[in-house]
Amino acid sequence: MSKQTDALKKIQANKPHGPAAMRLAEKPKNFSKTMKQLGKYLKPYSFKLAMVMIFAIASTVFAIISPRILGNMTNQIVDDYVKIQVHDQIMQKMPEGAKIPEGTTLKDLMKQMGVTSDPAKIKEFNDQLDKMSDKQRRELESLDLSKKPDMNWQVLGETALWLIGLYILSMFFGYIQGWILAGVTQKVAYKFRRDISEKINRLPLKYFDTRSFGDVLSRITNDVDMISQTLSQSLSQMITSITTIIGILVMMLSISWQMTGIAIITIPLSLIFIMLIVKRSQKYFKKQQDSLGAINGHIEEIYAGHNVVKVFAGEKQAIKTFRKYNEDLRESAWKSQFLSGLMFPIMNFIGNLSYVAVAVVGGWLAINGRINIGDIQAFIQYVQQFNQPIIQVANIANVIQSTAAAERVFEFLGEHNEKPDPVAPLILENPRGDVEFDNIKFGYDQEKEIIHGFSAKIKAGQTVAIVGPTGAGKTTMVNLLMRFYDPWSGSIKIDGVDTKEMTRADVRKNFAMVLQDTWLFHGTVRENLGYGDLNATQTQIEAAAKAAHVDHFIRSLPHGYDTVLEEDAENISSGEKQLLTIARAMLADAPMLILDEATSNVDTRTEILIQKAMNKLMQGRTSFVIAHRLSTIRDADLILVMNNGDIIEHGNHSELIAQNGFYAKLYNSQFAE
Amino acid sequence: MVKKSDRLKKAEFSASYPKKVGRFLLSYWWMILILLCSVSVQVWASLQLPNMMANIVNKGIVGEDQNIIIQTGLQMLGITAIGGVAMVLTGFLSAKIGTGFSQKIRDAVFEKVESFSMNEINKFSTASLITRSTNDVQQLQQVSVLIMRMVLQAPIMAVGAIINAWNTAPNMTWAIGAGVVALFVLVGTLFMIVMPKFKVIQKLTDKLNLVARENLTGLRIIRAFRNEKYQEKKFDRVNKDIMKLNIWINRAFSFMQPIMMLIFNGTILAIIWVGAHFVATNDLEIGNMMAFMQYTMQVIMSFLFLAVLIIFLPRAQVSASRINEILQTKLSIKDPKNPEKLDPKKRGLVEFREVTFTYPDAEVPILNDINFVANPGQTTAFIGSTGAGKSTVVNLIPRFYDVSAGQILVDGVDVRKIAHHDLISRIGFVPQKGVLFSGTIESNIKYGAPKIFQDEVENAAKIAQADFIKTLDDAFQYHVAQGGSNLSGGQKQRLAIARAVAKNPEIYVFDDSFSALDYKTDAKLREALKPITKNATVLIVAQRISTIKHAEKIIVLDGGNMVGSGTHAELLKNCEVYREIARSQFSDEEMARELATIADEEAKK
Repeated sequence: MSKQTDALKKIQANKPHGPAAMRLAEKPKNFSKTMKQLGKYLKPYSFKLAMVMIFAIASTVFAIISPRILGNMTNQIVDDYVKIQVHDQIMQKMPEGAKIPEGTTLKDLMKQMGVTSDPAKIKEFNDQLDKMSDKQRRELESLDLSKKPDMNWQVLGETALWLIGLYILSMFFGYIQGWILAGVTQKVAYKFRRDISEKINRLPLKYFDTRSFGDVLSRITNDVDMISQTLSQSLSQMITSITTIIGILVMMLSISWQMTGIAIITIPLSLIFIMLIVKRSQKYFKKQQDSLGAINGHIEEIYAGHNVVKVFAGEKQAIKTFRKYNEDLRESAWKSQFLSGLMFPIMNFIGNLSYVAVAVVGGWLAINGRINIGDIQAFIQYVQQFNQPIIQVANIANVIQSTAAAERVFEFLGEHNEKPDPVAPLILENPRGDVEFDNIKFGYDQEKEIIHGFSAKIKAGQTVAIVGPTGAGKTTMVNLLMRFYDPWSGSIKIDGVDTKEMTRADVRKNFAMVLQDTWLFHGTVRENLGYGDLNATQTQIEAAAKAAHVDHFIRSLPHGYDTVLEEDAENISSGEKQLLTIARAMLADAPMLILDEATSNVDTRTEILIQKAMNKLMQGRTSFVIAHRLSTIRDADLILVMNNGDIIEHGNHSELIAQNGFYAKLYNSQFAE
Repeated sequence: MVKKSDRLKKAEFSASYPKKVGRFLLSYWWMILILLCSVSVQVWASLQLPNMMANIVNKGIVGEDQNIIIQTGLQMLGITAIGGVAMVLTGFLSAKIGTGFSQKIRDAVFEKVESFSMNEINKFSTASLITRSTNDVQQLQQVSVLIMRMVLQAPIMAVGAIINAWNTAPNMTWAIGAGVVALFVLVGTLFMIVMPKFKVIQKLTDKLNLVARENLTGLRIIRAFRNEKYQEKKFDRVNKDIMKLNIWINRAFSFMQPIMMLIFNGTILAIIWVGAHFVATNDLEIGNMMAFMQYTMQVIMSFLFLAVLIIFLPRAQVSASRINEILQTKLSIKDPKNPEKLDPKKRGLVEFREVTFTYPDAEVPILNDINFVANPGQTTAFIGSTGAGKSTVVNLIPRFYDVSAGQILVDGVDVRKIAHHDLISRIGFVPQKGVLFSGTIESNIKYGAPKIFQDEVENAAKIAQADFIKTLDDAFQYHVAQGGSNLSGGQKQRLAIARAVAKNPEIYVFDDSFSALDYKTDAKLREALKPITKNATVLIVAQRISTIKHAEKIIVLDGGNMVGSGTHAELLKNCEVYREIARSQFSDEEMARELATIADEEAKK
């Protein structure tokens, strides 16, 4: 069962669509503050980012110029085509075998024809010439009719080469831009993750009391990924989009202001539609995410409790609830899918509208000789390229939403750290292990004091048993001793030195700790044992293992000390885990010991081994034992009896029995008959 | 709306779901037909425009005919409108089909899983079943909508555009082919190089998560051993690896867009260059050359969409096959077709006859030849070291698993011949972990007995020592979060006991349910249970001898075998394994006292 719930946690943490997707609709609370903070992370890269911007603009500018040049090519082709047509038509009308003398231009020919031909026809021809641009007309009039004209391959070829050069440059700049940006964004993401990981170890434990690990984990993965994605996509997209929009506008205007006006009219139209759709689809999108969350939660809980569902005949109820959620999900999902899918057809429709308008108006202008066919072609290309950046700019909404992810990261990084260690800390040389509690007051919650002024003196080597019913707050003493939490007032002294005057690390150095929560990490057995003392030698590690009666077990593992423990050490039993943690504490070899004795779920033989190992560990150390065993409790020098978080009685066994208070009652109900 | 409530009423097992994901689409066949039509209309409309543009250029501009320009323009407007409507219809249909399709799959998967026994649950693992029911279905929905909306039109568009291109300028069609091939070679190579790296990224992300999770779960230990730096270094190593690989992948990808544009532009340039030659020889009209360019763009775009499909399809396939696996699973435990009636005279009697049980995939049986009778009005307890098979014994009674050999009888009938509902209605089961469901405290207590009254709920809570309810804000209406995460382990356990008590069953099963409680609560609880279990059969799995000392019958298990059976006193005298357990839990003093008391009692007799 615990495996399953752990696996659940893992899934929740890794789920790619879960929390991140859910957060899409989240609105940032303080946009400008978040941006400022983000700016700090980007600052070391400002030069590189400037380069990105320059290259992005350059790449875009080249990309924008090229249709215009392509249009010029078409214009050249059209002009040459017209010359060929004119030549061919004239040659057809010439009597067979007639030769035109070399150097005869169209103008010459027309002068000659003016004598012989039908004046009406000449007028028609002149009308046609009138509609042409001056340049076209001049070229046409000076056309040498004695030779058949051909395409101007040289000009065409040169233009094509220019274009190829431009394309390659544009590609090159685009690539460099992406190359630099990839480095910057990933390094920023790396920095974010590193800062979060370090922050985890700086925060007071109190912070984690109220938060799930999944929440912190999802900041490390989902949120940071979201930030880096936004940076790498949106940043360059924004630059290129804006450059593209401006560039295209300039190019369009340079072709024809009338056509540009027509093309631009559609922009506010599309923006209005986009806004309307986004607003509506957001609503359903949020609903969809809510239903998705509800349905996933239901699935998780029902699957995890499958045996309970089965044995209490809860299937029908579960299915009924599921169908309700599923129906809700479908209802909101199809609406949000449909609405967000509308964006594309509508933009497409509007895009086609301007395409048609450009074709019609452009055609009309071309007939009147105001623009060329190649210009229409270029203009159409521009119109088609115009929609994409506008959609992207409209998507800035998404960028703003993803700052919610950045905000979550900054919120975490901005949490208050533990109170800093004293500037001139006291250091204990060769501590004996005398401990004194002096009028300690403490509570987890600001408003609720649970320990009301506790005092006690413990001599080096003595054993303190902490007893009390489940949930009495027995770990509070551990938290205070190790300075995981600090008391509100009063002090804890080791060898007469207030622990607040020492660094936390130095306080903790004096304790070895074995908790019921047998935390081991993914790594070899050797690494796990060595955790107690990172500088320990091979022999020291093995000696500690022997002392903890776990050497034999370790050697029976497939790779001995080099066997890799899986995550949560699922490949060994809980009793064996406990023994390893004892060995780890042995290796730490501190003058004081914190021990949690609970040994449920351990088989008898292992339990005996654990008992022996624990006894050995306690020898010669000031020990604080969360005790469950009668023998430990009775032999303790001091018993702290806890209930509802507070230490309600303390003294040794016979004293407490004589008091006939809570301890006596507890003792009688639990151990005596 | 009427339809919706109808659907909800039919919340019963319907075994009529298809066994393959694809078949769920069949019920949408008519919608899919309309969808195909609307997509075709959409494609037709997009293909018309370049032709008409050519018309404007050739006849309108070159031929200088104002009317043709306006006429053609109006036609283009009409066609654009038709195309727009078709697109909206396509979007509507694909949203409807995609979400309906996934809703049905989700229903089917969930209902199938609900019919699973623990055998099937363990085969898949709960975690995997959850991802299959959530992420995999979601994946299918996304891909199906994507295919319907974007990809479906691509092949139609490609074919149409190629035909049109061929009609406008057959001798240039090769340019399109060249462009497409170049694009495919590029995109293909890039993916071949980058795709394997994505798997590595996934692995590294898992590792990053693992290290971070480790740090979080081990906060106290890490600080106690002052190993914060060690942990940070460990994280940093993975973090750096991820960064390096991500940079590599992103750089590889930033190559794609620019080079795609290069190929695209290159193709168009080639068309103009070659087109110019044909124009010069009067083999091609200029407007047609421009139309041809547009067709080329359409073809290349279609192929790019198809490339998108290549990325998504394998993932969708994996999801589909993972869902199919669930739908096609054969149930190992089924309800009997002709259930037998229970013997009313043997109310609550549980009997194991030569029961042997091997977990699926295990080599050795976990239980060997177990024989016992648990009588009504008595407590039968199971004790033994971890892995001895105690929990397995009680898990066999409500048929979480079926025996491998031998038989289990409840009320005189083999459990495999009792209607499942009949069987479990007699059992009040308290699992090892107090599993609760979201709702209220009351809804959780009433879970097995929805019709009981408020005073019965309160009474059950009282018996289960769940006094803490009174201290909660809304008492019995206190909101229980998913999985009961806002209650402590001990609180959950007590509510789980209350839930079993509320059912007022004839057989109580406590599967190691007391270990989360302290000795005191444990003792109180057992005291409170006494009156209500007077006529019931009680089965207790326990770790602590003190919990079961007073049981009428204690069965000692060791390595799946029954090594002792009797009362506490008898076992202390006769059973070595039991004595060993006792010694580990009592001090020498207590042990001596225990033995003395037993001797006393015997002397009295």
